[in-house]
Amino acid sequence: MSLVISKEKIEAGLLQTVKEISGVDVAGCLQCKKCTNGCPVTALVKVPPSEVIRRLQLNIGDSILNSDLIWMCASCETCFSRCPMQIDMASVMDALRIISVKKNAAKQKGNVPLFNRWFLKTISMFGRTYDLGMIAAYKIGTSNYFQDTDKFPMMLQKRKIALFPSLKADKKYVRRIFKKKK
Amino acid sequence: MKYAYYPGCSSESTARDQYMSIREVSKVLDIELIEPKGWTCCGSTPAHHTDRILSIALPAANLLLAKKMGLDMVVFCAACYNRMKVANYEIQTNPKIRKEISDSLGEDYDGSVNVHHFVEVLIKNIGIKKLQEAFTHSLDGLKVVNYYGCLLVRPHKATNFDDPENPTIMDSLVTIMGGESIDWPHKVECCGGGFALTRTDIVIELSNSILGMAKAAGAQCMAVACPMCQVNLDLRQSDINKVKSSNHNIPIVYITQLVGLCLGISPEKLGMDKCIVSPMPIIEAVKSN
Repeated sequence: MSLVISKEKIEAGLLQTVKEISGVDVAGCLQCKKCTNGCPVTALVKVPPSEVIRRLQLNIGDSILNSDLIWMCASCETCFSRCPMQIDMASVMDALRIISVKKNAAKQKGNVPLFNRWFLKTISMFGRTYDLGMIAAYKIGTSNYFQDTDKFPMMLQKRKIALFPSLKADKKYVRRIFKKKK
Repeated sequence: MKYAYYPGCSSESTARDQYMSIREVSKVLDIELIEPKGWTCCGSTPAHHTDRILSIALPAANLLLAKKMGLDMVVFCAACYNRMKVANYEIQTNPKIRKEISDSLGEDYDGSVNVHHFVEVLIKNIGIKKLQEAFTHSLDGLKVVNYYGCLLVRPHKATNFDDPENPTIMDSLVTIMGGESIDWPHKVECCGGGFALTRTDIVIELSNSILGMAKAAGAQCMAVACPMCQVNLDLRQSDINKVKSSNHNIPIVYITQLVGLCLGISPEKLGMDKCIVSPMPIIEAVKSN
């Protein structure tokens, strides 16, 4: 199967930025497609991992930031594990997600960035995750109020979800880590 | 045997059963587990999605606590285990990262705290002989598929957990418990992990494939070593059946719950009443030695 990639207006430096964030050089990719064959979401995405790498190598521009794989990749790291050139594709995907959020690339189904923000927010507030708070914030943010509501009574009864946040964490390091990040 | 024990955030919510079973099993086997006081979240997937230093500093903060205790760290949650192993690896191999992490924490951490998965402690540190002596009950030929998932085995250069494509450590544990450990191809496939809330459709696709393969392999139950896998495969099983018109009905239990049953601990103390798919076929299969 041939792959047609049209070269658009080049935002020079995407390849470089990915390398700076991830420390990964994709130049060695020989397009064997072991990553794509092992990737659990290959059947579900339009742009599989080997194609993301090829587009990066060609440095064709920011359109890559809209690839569905970016927010459908489950970070299972099968790609990296099987790569004969030991290219850390999982870290490349992390870098693409970071750039994609910074550059405000197109929102995708599921809104993973919103979930990530609230997940980290609960850590910065309590030192540990607070599922119920995180889920509520995510539901409000996506206006998807009814997903899984049928499960909550049973989960509460089985104590599989905590009603209140844990207050046992010592936030000394966490506070500093988040402060330094800003 | 004394360890620093990092339970992870899920031990206080979705994986209380995992926490209970580890505590009970450790008591019987004389493993002293001490939680680092005030431990904090490892950052999990959202941290590495967001910022590389954040994703290393959060687990490193906990490793620093273990270092001050002078103990090795024991973890069960595969995600926490993975993040701690990766943090150690990055800090050890990349001086620039180590410098940035010590800036972030305000203290230097050298990446030297050994991190073990609880199953590794059982097999490697307690040992097969001592386990066999301690088992008062047997799984009596129960057909078990062991599901390792992603985060224990990958990235192998950092986790160094068993074989990355065909791990067998849980299988050997099931075998010495008298269960029949079934070889199957989905040991290290992905269940959809952190997409439980955001992309449930992906979880349903991937977990359906895993449950389907377990059934085809003839399993009576699945043993897991990760709280996220447990939730995706157990809690979502009814959703999967609805969406896929399938009829999966396979109990998904923590491997530590099986170990606990073989040590003669009651199912309630192991938190088995928290399973969504009934674990009764397992409880009924267990025979006294």
